[in-house]
Amino acid sequence: MSVKFSKDHEWVSVAGDIATIGITNHAQEQLGDVVFVELPAIGKKVSKGGDAAVVESVKAASEVYAPLTGEVVEVNKDLEGDPALVNRGAEGDGWFMKVKFSDAAELGELMDRAAYDKFVAA
Amino acid sequence: MTVETLHRTALYAQHESLGAKLVPFAGYEMPVQYPTGILAEHNWTRTYAGLFDVSHMGQGFVVGPDHATTAAAMQAIVPADIAALKPHQIRYSQFLNEQGGILDDLMITRFANDGWLYIVCNASRKTHDFTHIEKHLPAGVKLQRSKHMSLLALQGPKAECVLAKLDPAAASIPFMHYAALKLDGIVAHVSRSGYTGEDGFEISVTDHDAPRLWSLLLADADVKPIGLGARDSLRLEAGLCLYGHDIDETTSPVEADLLWSIQKRRRSEGGFVGAARVLAEIKNGPSRKRVGIKPEGRAPAREGTVVTDTAGRVIGTITSGGFGPTANGPVAMGYVESAFATVGTAVHLIVREKPMPAMVTSLPFIPHNYKR
Repeated sequence: MSVKFSKDHEWVSVAGDIATIGITNHAQEQLGDVVFVELPAIGKKVSKGGDAAVVESVKAASEVYAPLTGEVVEVNKDLEGDPALVNRGAEGDGWFMKVKFSDAAELGELMDRAAYDKFVAA
Repeated sequence: MTVETLHRTALYAQHESLGAKLVPFAGYEMPVQYPTGILAEHNWTRTYAGLFDVSHMGQGFVVGPDHATTAAAMQAIVPADIAALKPHQIRYSQFLNEQGGILDDLMITRFANDGWLYIVCNASRKTHDFTHIEKHLPAGVKLQRSKHMSLLALQGPKAECVLAKLDPAAASIPFMHYAALKLDGIVAHVSRSGYTGEDGFEISVTDHDAPRLWSLLLADADVKPIGLGARDSLRLEAGLCLYGHDIDETTSPVEADLLWSIQKRRRSEGGFVGAARVLAEIKNGPSRKRVGIKPEGRAPAREGTVVTDTAGRVIGTITSGGFGPTANGPVAMGYVESAFATVGTAVHLIVREKPMPAMVTSLPFIPHNYKR
Protein backbone atom coordinates (compact mmCIF):
# COMPACT_ATOMS: atom_id res chain seq x y z
CA MET A 1 0.00 0.00 0.00
CA SER A 2 1.64 3.17 -1.14
CA VAL A 3 0.99 6.77 -0.25
CA LYS A 4 0.22 9.28 -3.02
CA PHE A 5 0.29 13.05 -2.94
CA SER A 6 -1.63 15.90 -4.57
CA LYS A 7 -0.38 19.28 -5.72
CA ASP A 8 -2.67 20.80 -3.08
CA HIS A 9 -0.54 19.09 -0.41
CA GLU A 10 -2.88 16.27 0.56
CA TRP A 11 -1.77 12.68 1.00
CA VAL A 12 -3.81 9.63 0.09
CA SER A 13 -3.34 6.11 1.41
CA VAL A 14 -5.44 3.46 -0.33
CA ALA A 15 -6.78 0.17 1.06
CA GLY A 16 -9.28 -1.51 -1.25
CA ASP A 17 -11.72 1.15 -2.41
CA ILE A 18 -11.19 3.34 0.67
CA ALA A 19 -8.71 6.22 0.64
CA THR A 20 -7.48 7.75 3.89
CA ILE A 21 -6.76 11.44 3.31
CA GLY A 22 -4.78 14.04 5.24
CA ILE A 23 -2.53 17.01 4.70
CA THR A 24 1.20 16.59 4.21
CA ASN A 25 3.86 17.31 6.76
CA HIS A 26 5.06 20.09 4.48
CA ALA A 27 1.56 21.63 4.56
CA GLN A 28 1.33 21.54 8.36
CA GLU A 29 4.76 23.17 8.59
CA GLN A 30 3.59 25.98 6.33
CA LEU A 31 0.33 26.42 8.25
CA GLY A 32 1.88 26.56 11.70
CA ASP A 33 -0.09 25.79 14.86
CA VAL A 34 -3.42 24.24 13.85
CA VAL A 35 -6.26 25.39 16.14
CA PHE A 36 -9.40 24.16 14.37
CA VAL A 37 -10.40 21.59 11.78
CA GLU A 38 -13.80 21.52 10.11
CA LEU A 39 -14.49 18.04 8.81
CA PRO A 40 -17.14 17.04 6.26
CA ALA A 41 -20.32 15.20 7.22
CA ILE A 42 -20.34 11.44 6.78
CA GLY A 43 -21.96 10.70 3.42
CA LYS A 44 -20.83 13.96 1.84
CA LYS A 45 -20.00 13.58 -1.84
CA VAL A 46 -16.68 15.12 -2.67
CA SER A 47 -15.16 15.65 -6.08
CA LYS A 48 -11.52 15.80 -7.01
CA GLY A 49 -10.22 19.33 -6.46
CA GLY A 50 -13.39 20.40 -4.63
CA ASP A 51 -13.71 21.60 -1.01
CA ALA A 52 -13.59 18.79 1.51
CA ALA A 53 -12.50 20.29 4.84
CA VAL A 54 -11.11 23.45 6.43
CA VAL A 55 -7.99 23.71 8.53
CA GLU A 56 -7.36 26.83 10.58
CA SER A 57 -4.02 27.79 12.04
CA VAL A 58 -3.35 30.70 14.37
CA LYS A 59 -2.62 32.69 11.22
CA ALA A 60 -5.33 31.83 8.71
CA ALA A 61 -8.00 29.47 7.40
CA SER A 62 -7.13 27.12 4.53
CA GLU A 63 -9.28 24.84 2.41
CA VAL A 64 -8.47 21.17 2.17
CA TYR A 65 -9.40 19.83 -1.28
CA ALA A 66 -10.51 16.32 -2.08
CA PRO A 67 -7.73 14.57 -4.00
CA LEU A 68 -10.24 11.97 -5.23
CA THR A 69 -13.92 11.87 -6.14
CA GLY A 70 -16.12 9.82 -3.85
CA GLU A 71 -18.12 9.70 -0.64
CA VAL A 72 -16.90 10.46 2.88
CA VAL A 73 -17.32 7.33 4.99
CA GLU A 74 -15.38 8.28 8.14
CA VAL A 75 -13.76 11.37 9.67
CA ASN A 76 -11.06 11.66 12.33
CA LYS A 77 -13.05 12.72 15.39
CA ASP A 78 -9.83 13.11 17.42
CA LEU A 79 -9.13 16.32 15.49
CA GLU A 80 -12.16 18.04 17.02
CA GLY A 81 -10.75 17.96 20.53
CA ASP A 82 -7.09 18.00 19.56
CA PRO A 83 -6.51 19.89 16.29
CA ALA A 84 -2.78 20.12 17.08
CA LEU A 85 -2.65 16.40 16.19
CA VAL A 86 -2.31 17.69 12.61
CA ASN A 87 0.99 19.30 13.59
CA ARG A 88 2.24 16.32 15.57
CA GLY A 89 1.30 13.65 13.07
CA ALA A 90 0.15 15.12 9.78
CA GLU A 91 0.84 11.96 7.80
CA GLY A 92 -0.32 9.57 10.54
CA ASP A 93 -2.68 10.13 13.49
CA GLY A 94 -3.60 13.52 12.09
CA TRP A 95 -5.55 12.10 9.10
CA PHE A 96 -8.72 13.96 8.13
CA MET A 97 -11.16 11.60 6.41
CA LYS A 98 -11.75 8.30 4.67
CA VAL A 99 -13.33 8.44 1.24
CA LYS A 100 -14.86 5.59 -0.73
CA PHE A 101 -13.56 6.63 -4.10
CA SER A 102 -15.45 6.11 -7.32
CA ASP A 103 -12.81 6.63 -9.99
CA ALA A 104 -9.61 4.64 -9.51
CA ALA A 105 -8.11 6.32 -12.56
CA GLU A 106 -7.76 9.51 -10.49
CA LEU A 107 -5.12 7.74 -8.39
CA GLY A 108 -2.85 7.76 -11.39
CA GLU A 109 -2.93 11.55 -11.46
CA LEU A 110 -1.38 11.77 -7.99
CA MET A 111 2.36 11.90 -7.27
CA ASP A 112 4.50 9.39 -5.49
CA ARG A 113 6.72 10.45 -2.56
CA ALA A 114 9.75 11.24 -4.71
CA ALA A 115 7.74 13.32 -7.17
CA TYR A 116 6.01 15.19 -4.34
CA ASP A 117 9.29 15.97 -2.58
CA LYS A 118 10.60 17.31 -5.86
CA PHE A 119 7.39 19.34 -6.36
CA VAL A 120 7.74 20.90 -2.90
CA ALA A 121 11.43 21.66 -3.37
CA ALA A 122 10.81 23.40 -6.71
CA MET B 1 6.45 40.77 -9.86
CA THR B 2 7.36 44.24 -8.72
CA VAL B 3 10.51 44.47 -6.71
CA GLU B 4 9.84 46.44 -3.60
CA THR B 5 12.78 47.61 -1.57
CA LEU B 6 12.08 46.54 1.96
CA HIS B 7 13.68 48.29 4.89
CA ARG B 8 15.49 46.29 7.51
CA THR B 9 15.74 47.14 11.18
CA ALA B 10 19.05 47.25 13.00
CA LEU B 11 18.18 43.77 14.34
CA TYR B 12 17.76 42.04 10.98
CA ALA B 13 20.87 39.90 11.38
CA GLN B 14 19.71 38.82 14.84
CA HIS B 15 16.32 37.69 13.45
CA GLU B 16 18.02 35.77 10.66
CA SER B 17 20.40 33.98 12.98
CA LEU B 18 17.52 33.05 15.30
CA GLY B 19 15.81 31.37 12.33
CA ALA B 20 12.91 33.82 12.13
CA LYS B 21 10.40 33.64 9.31
CA LEU B 22 10.70 37.12 7.80
CA VAL B 23 7.78 38.71 5.96
CA PRO B 24 7.10 42.12 4.42
CA PHE B 25 5.20 44.32 6.86
CA ALA B 26 4.59 48.05 6.43
CA GLY B 27 7.59 48.30 4.12
CA TYR B 28 9.90 46.38 6.43
CA GLU B 29 11.18 42.85 6.45
CA MET B 30 9.96 41.75 9.87
CA PRO B 31 9.96 38.50 11.89
CA VAL B 32 6.44 37.03 11.94
CA GLN B 33 7.59 34.10 14.06
CA TYR B 34 10.66 32.28 15.30
CA PRO B 35 11.08 28.49 15.03
CA THR B 36 9.02 27.69 18.16
CA GLY B 37 5.91 29.15 16.50
CA ILE B 38 3.17 31.62 17.33
CA LEU B 39 1.37 29.56 20.01
CA ALA B 40 4.50 28.94 22.04
CA GLU B 41 5.62 32.56 21.67
CA HIS B 42 2.20 33.81 22.78
CA ASN B 43 2.16 31.57 25.84
CA TRP B 44 5.76 32.43 26.71
CA THR B 45 4.93 36.14 26.75
CA ARG B 46 1.94 35.60 29.05
CA THR B 47 4.07 33.51 31.45
CA TYR B 48 7.63 34.90 31.28
CA ALA B 49 8.87 37.75 29.10
CA GLY B 50 8.80 38.21 25.33
CA LEU B 51 11.22 40.42 23.41
CA PHE B 52 9.86 42.14 20.29
CA ASP B 53 11.64 44.21 17.65
CA VAL B 54 9.23 47.04 16.87
CA SER B 55 11.81 49.34 15.32
CA HIS B 56 9.61 49.74 12.25
CA MET B 57 7.33 51.99 14.26
CA GLY B 58 7.57 55.76 13.89
CA GLN B 59 9.36 57.69 16.61
CA GLY B 60 9.77 61.43 16.88
CA PHE B 61 9.69 64.51 19.05
CA VAL B 62 7.45 67.53 18.90
CA VAL B 63 9.54 70.35 20.29
CA GLY B 64 8.47 73.81 21.41
CA PRO B 65 9.70 76.45 23.86
CA ASP B 66 7.76 75.08 26.86
CA HIS B 67 5.21 72.40 27.73
CA ALA B 68 2.20 74.71 27.50
CA THR B 69 3.09 75.77 23.93
CA THR B 70 3.94 72.27 22.67
CA ALA B 71 0.91 70.73 24.38
CA ALA B 72 -1.40 73.33 22.84
CA ALA B 73 0.02 72.60 19.38
CA MET B 74 -0.45 68.85 19.88
CA GLN B 75 -3.93 69.21 21.33
CA ALA B 76 -5.07 70.87 18.14
CA ILE B 77 -4.60 67.53 16.37
CA VAL B 78 -5.33 64.92 19.05
CA PRO B 79 -8.35 64.63 21.37
CA ALA B 80 -6.35 63.67 24.50
CA ASP B 81 -5.55 66.17 27.24
CA ILE B 82 -1.86 66.81 26.64
CA ALA B 83 -1.63 70.01 28.68
CA ALA B 84 -2.48 68.01 31.80
CA LEU B 85 0.30 65.46 31.20
CA LYS B 86 2.75 65.38 34.10
CA PRO B 87 6.46 65.16 33.33
CA HIS B 88 7.33 61.59 32.25
CA GLN B 89 3.66 60.66 31.82
CA ILE B 90 2.37 58.88 28.69
CA ARG B 91 -1.03 59.07 27.04
CA TYR B 92 -2.62 57.06 24.23
CA SER B 93 -4.41 59.13 21.59
CA GLN B 94 -5.34 59.36 17.91
CA PHE B 95 -4.85 61.71 14.99
CA LEU B 96 -8.26 62.49 13.48
CA ASN B 97 -9.28 63.82 10.11
CA GLU B 98 -11.73 66.72 9.70
CA GLN B 99 -14.61 64.21 9.66
CA GLY B 100 -13.53 62.71 12.99
CA GLY B 101 -12.16 59.52 11.42
CA ILE B 102 -8.95 58.05 12.84
CA LEU B 103 -5.80 58.70 10.79
CA ASP B 104 -3.61 56.77 13.22
CA ASP B 105 -3.28 56.00 16.90
CA LEU B 106 -0.18 56.90 18.87
CA MET B 107 1.50 57.24 22.24
CA ILE B 108 2.46 60.70 23.50
CA THR B 109 5.00 61.15 26.30
CA ARG B 110 5.80 64.35 28.14
CA PHE B 111 9.56 64.16 27.94
CA ALA B 112 11.99 65.28 30.64
CA ASN B 113 13.11 68.29 28.58
CA ASP B 114 10.54 71.05 29.00
CA GLY B 115 8.56 71.59 25.81
CA TRP B 116 9.39 68.14 24.37
CA LEU B 117 6.78 65.52 23.55
CA TYR B 118 7.95 62.07 22.42
CA ILE B 119 5.59 60.27 20.06
CA VAL B 120 5.39 56.70 18.79
CA CYS B 121 3.06 55.89 15.89
CA ASN B 122 2.35 52.99 13.53
CA ALA B 123 4.91 51.94 10.93
CA SER B 124 2.34 51.86 8.14
CA ARG B 125 1.22 55.42 8.92
CA LYS B 126 4.38 57.18 10.03
CA THR B 127 5.13 59.04 6.79
CA HIS B 128 1.54 60.22 6.63
CA ASP B 129 1.51 61.11 10.34
CA PHE B 130 4.68 63.17 10.16
CA THR B 131 3.34 65.15 7.20
CA HIS B 132 0.06 65.65 9.05
CA ILE B 133 1.83 66.91 12.19
CA GLU B 134 4.05 69.30 10.24
CA LYS B 135 1.04 70.68 8.38
CA HIS B 136 -0.66 71.60 11.64
CA LEU B 137 2.22 72.79 13.83
CA PRO B 138 2.36 76.52 14.52
CA ALA B 139 5.55 78.55 14.11
CA GLY B 140 7.91 77.88 16.98
CA VAL B 141 6.96 74.21 17.39
CA LYS B 142 8.87 71.70 15.29
CA LEU B 143 8.73 68.01 14.55
CA GLN B 144 11.97 66.05 14.84
CA ARG B 145 11.69 62.66 13.21
CA SER B 146 13.88 60.17 15.00
CA LYS B 147 16.30 58.60 12.62
CA HIS B 148 18.60 55.72 13.48
CA MET B 149 16.52 54.84 16.55
CA SER B 150 15.37 51.31 17.34
CA LEU B 151 12.46 50.25 19.53
CA LEU B 152 12.38 47.03 21.54
CA ALA B 153 9.41 45.82 23.55
CA LEU B 154 9.91 43.58 26.57
CA GLN B 155 6.52 42.25 27.65
CA GLY B 156 5.26 39.78 30.21
CA PRO B 157 5.08 39.14 33.94
CA LYS B 158 8.88 38.68 34.17
CA ALA B 159 9.69 41.87 32.24
CA GLU B 160 10.19 44.02 35.35
CA CYS B 161 12.48 41.53 37.01
CA VAL B 162 14.53 41.10 33.82
CA LEU B 163 14.97 44.81 33.14
CA ALA B 164 15.65 45.63 36.79
CA LYS B 165 18.73 43.40 36.62
CA LEU B 166 20.17 45.88 34.10
CA ASP B 167 18.93 48.98 35.94
CA PRO B 168 17.05 48.67 39.25
CA ALA B 169 15.23 51.94 38.43
CA ALA B 170 13.15 50.01 35.88
CA ALA B 171 11.07 48.53 38.69
CA SER B 172 9.89 51.90 39.92
CA ILE B 173 8.61 53.29 36.59
CA PRO B 174 4.82 53.54 36.99
CA PHE B 175 2.48 52.24 34.28
CA MET B 176 2.19 54.72 31.37
CA HIS B 177 5.30 56.64 32.46
CA TYR B 178 8.79 56.76 31.06
CA ALA B 179 12.30 57.10 32.49
CA ALA B 180 15.78 57.47 31.07
CA LEU B 181 17.72 54.38 32.13
CA LYS B 182 21.24 53.10 31.65
CA LEU B 183 21.06 49.46 30.67
CA ASP B 184 24.58 48.10 31.04
CA GLY B 185 25.82 51.49 29.91
CA ILE B 186 23.31 51.84 27.07
CA VAL B 187 21.28 55.05 27.25
CA ALA B 188 17.64 54.05 26.84
CA HIS B 189 14.29 55.81 26.93
CA VAL B 190 12.10 53.30 28.68
CA SER B 191 8.30 53.49 28.67
CA ARG B 192 6.17 51.27 30.89
CA SER B 193 3.67 50.43 28.20
CA GLY B 194 3.01 47.87 25.53
CA TYR B 195 0.65 46.11 23.17
CA THR B 196 0.10 42.73 24.80
CA GLY B 197 -2.05 43.41 27.86
CA GLU B 198 0.90 42.40 30.03
CA ASP B 199 3.18 44.50 32.18
CA GLY B 200 6.23 45.52 30.25
CA PHE B 201 8.42 48.13 28.66
CA GLU B 202 9.04 49.76 25.32
CA ILE B 203 12.70 50.67 25.02
CA SER B 204 14.05 53.25 22.60
CA VAL B 205 17.79 53.06 21.88
CA THR B 206 20.06 54.00 18.99
CA ASP B 207 20.40 51.57 16.10
CA HIS B 208 24.03 51.27 17.15
CA ASP B 209 23.12 50.02 20.64
CA ALA B 210 20.09 47.92 19.63
CA PRO B 211 21.91 44.66 18.78
CA ARG B 212 23.84 44.67 22.07
CA LEU B 213 20.70 45.40 24.13
CA TRP B 214 18.80 42.69 22.19
CA SER B 215 21.50 40.12 23.04
CA LEU B 216 21.73 41.30 26.62
CA LEU B 217 17.99 40.82 27.15
CA LEU B 218 17.88 37.49 25.31
CA ALA B 219 20.69 36.20 27.51
CA ASP B 220 18.19 36.12 30.38
CA ALA B 221 16.62 32.67 30.70
CA ASP B 222 13.18 34.27 31.14
CA VAL B 223 13.32 36.03 27.75
CA LYS B 224 12.55 34.67 24.28
CA PRO B 225 12.15 36.51 20.96
CA ILE B 226 8.55 36.99 19.83
CA GLY B 227 7.36 37.78 16.30
CA LEU B 228 4.53 39.82 14.86
CA GLY B 229 2.22 36.78 14.74
CA ALA B 230 2.08 36.42 18.51
CA ARG B 231 2.05 40.21 18.88
CA ASP B 232 -1.25 40.13 16.99
CA SER B 233 -2.86 37.34 19.04
CA LEU B 234 -1.66 38.96 22.29
CA ARG B 235 -3.11 42.37 21.42
CA LEU B 236 -6.37 40.82 20.18
CA GLU B 237 -6.90 39.00 23.49
CA ALA B 238 -6.05 42.28 25.24
CA GLY B 239 -8.79 44.01 23.21
CA LEU B 240 -6.34 46.51 21.69
CA CYS B 241 -7.01 48.08 18.28
CA LEU B 242 -4.86 47.43 15.23
CA TYR B 243 -4.78 50.37 12.84
CA GLY B 244 -6.12 49.60 9.37
CA HIS B 245 -8.26 46.83 10.82
CA ASP B 246 -10.16 47.83 13.97
CA ILE B 247 -9.76 51.56 13.41
CA ASP B 248 -9.34 53.55 10.20
CA GLU B 249 -10.34 56.81 8.56
CA THR B 250 -14.03 55.86 8.66
CA THR B 251 -14.20 55.01 12.36
CA SER B 252 -14.31 57.62 15.12
CA PRO B 253 -12.78 57.18 18.59
CA VAL B 254 -16.29 57.10 20.07
CA GLU B 255 -17.38 54.29 17.75
CA ALA B 256 -14.11 52.50 18.47
CA ASP B 257 -14.89 52.57 22.22
CA LEU B 258 -11.83 54.73 22.86
CA LEU B 259 -13.69 57.45 24.75
CA TRP B 260 -11.56 56.65 27.81
CA SER B 261 -8.64 58.17 25.91
CA ILE B 262 -10.44 61.54 25.58
CA GLN B 263 -10.21 63.27 28.94
CA LYS B 264 -13.18 65.14 30.41
CA ARG B 265 -12.01 68.69 29.69
CA ARG B 266 -11.53 67.94 26.00
CA ARG B 267 -14.95 66.29 25.71
CA SER B 268 -16.59 69.53 26.80
CA GLU B 269 -14.24 72.01 25.15
CA GLY B 270 -13.38 70.29 21.87
CA GLY B 271 -10.83 72.33 19.94
CA PHE B 272 -9.18 69.50 18.00
CA VAL B 273 -9.40 68.40 14.39
CA GLY B 274 -12.46 66.16 14.05
CA ALA B 275 -14.10 67.43 17.25
CA ALA B 276 -17.52 68.10 15.68
CA ARG B 277 -18.24 64.41 15.06
CA VAL B 278 -16.64 63.26 18.30
CA LEU B 279 -18.65 65.69 20.44
CA ALA B 280 -21.88 64.90 18.55
CA GLU B 281 -21.36 61.17 19.07
CA ILE B 282 -20.62 61.68 22.75
CA LYS B 283 -23.92 63.58 23.03
CA ASN B 284 -26.14 61.41 20.85
CA GLY B 285 -24.34 58.08 20.94
CA PRO B 286 -22.63 56.55 17.90
CA SER B 287 -24.62 54.52 15.37
CA ARG B 288 -22.21 51.60 15.69
CA LYS B 289 -19.70 50.45 18.28
CA ARG B 290 -16.61 48.30 18.49
CA VAL B 291 -17.27 45.29 20.72
CA GLY B 292 -15.72 42.00 21.67
CA ILE B 293 -17.33 38.97 20.04
CA LYS B 294 -16.91 35.43 21.30
CA PRO B 295 -17.82 32.67 18.84
CA GLU B 296 -19.58 29.83 20.64
CA GLY B 297 -17.86 26.92 18.92
CA ARG B 298 -14.19 26.31 18.18
CA ALA B 299 -14.10 27.84 14.69
CA PRO B 300 -12.34 31.21 14.47
CA ALA B 301 -14.13 34.07 12.67
CA ARG B 302 -11.62 36.10 10.68
CA GLU B 303 -11.49 39.75 9.69
CA GLY B 304 -14.28 40.61 7.24
CA THR B 305 -16.75 38.06 8.63
CA VAL B 306 -20.31 39.40 8.44
CA VAL B 307 -22.20 39.77 11.74
CA THR B 308 -26.00 39.35 11.66
CA ASP B 309 -28.74 39.37 14.27
CA THR B 310 -30.27 35.98 15.10
CA ALA B 311 -32.86 36.58 12.37
CA GLY B 312 -30.16 36.98 9.74
CA ARG B 313 -30.15 40.77 9.22
CA VAL B 314 -26.64 42.19 8.73
CA ILE B 315 -25.66 44.34 11.73
CA GLY B 316 -21.89 44.57 11.47
CA THR B 317 -18.49 43.16 10.57
CA ILE B 318 -15.58 41.46 12.32
CA THR B 319 -12.43 43.61 12.12
CA SER B 320 -10.01 41.27 13.92
CA GLY B 321 -10.55 37.64 14.67
CA GLY B 322 -8.62 34.51 15.30
CA PHE B 323 -7.65 32.00 17.93
CA GLY B 324 -6.79 33.21 21.41
CA PRO B 325 -4.23 30.83 22.89
CA THR B 326 -4.75 32.10 26.46
CA ALA B 327 -8.52 32.35 26.02
CA ASN B 328 -8.18 28.82 24.60
CA GLY B 329 -10.72 29.44 21.88
CA PRO B 330 -11.73 31.78 19.10
CA VAL B 331 -11.85 35.50 19.90
CA ALA B 332 -12.88 38.44 17.76
CA MET B 333 -13.77 42.09 17.76
CA GLY B 334 -15.76 44.16 15.34
CA TYR B 335 -18.39 46.81 14.83
CA VAL B 336 -22.12 46.26 15.38
CA GLU B 337 -25.09 48.62 15.32
CA SER B 338 -25.29 50.25 18.75
CA ALA B 339 -28.57 48.50 19.58
CA PHE B 340 -26.64 45.21 19.52
CA ALA B 341 -23.57 46.42 21.43
CA THR B 342 -24.78 45.37 24.88
CA VAL B 343 -22.68 42.63 26.46
CA GLY B 344 -24.54 39.33 26.29
CA THR B 345 -26.34 40.03 23.00
CA ALA B 346 -26.60 36.92 20.85
CA VAL B 347 -25.46 37.37 17.25
CA HIS B 348 -24.54 35.19 14.30
CA LEU B 349 -21.28 35.16 12.40
CA ILE B 350 -21.44 34.05 8.79
CA VAL B 351 -18.52 31.65 8.47
CA ARG B 352 -18.27 29.73 5.18
CA GLU B 353 -21.85 30.74 4.37
CA LYS B 354 -23.22 29.24 7.58
CA PRO B 355 -24.50 31.20 10.60
CA MET B 356 -22.37 30.48 13.65
CA PRO B 357 -23.70 31.49 17.09
CA ALA B 358 -21.65 34.10 18.96
CA MET B 359 -22.02 36.51 21.85
CA VAL B 360 -21.16 40.19 22.29
CA THR B 361 -18.65 40.29 25.15
CA SER B 362 -16.70 42.87 27.09
CA LEU B 363 -13.08 43.49 26.19
CA PRO B 364 -10.41 42.46 26.99
CA PHE B 365 -10.75 38.68 26.68
CA ILE B 366 -7.83 38.25 29.07
CA PRO B 367 -7.63 40.68 32.04
CA HIS B 368 -4.87 43.24 31.65
CA ASN B 369 -1.90 42.52 33.83
CA TYR B 370 -0.60 46.08 34.04
CA LYS B 371 1.48 47.34 36.94
CA ARG B 372 -0.77 50.04 38.41
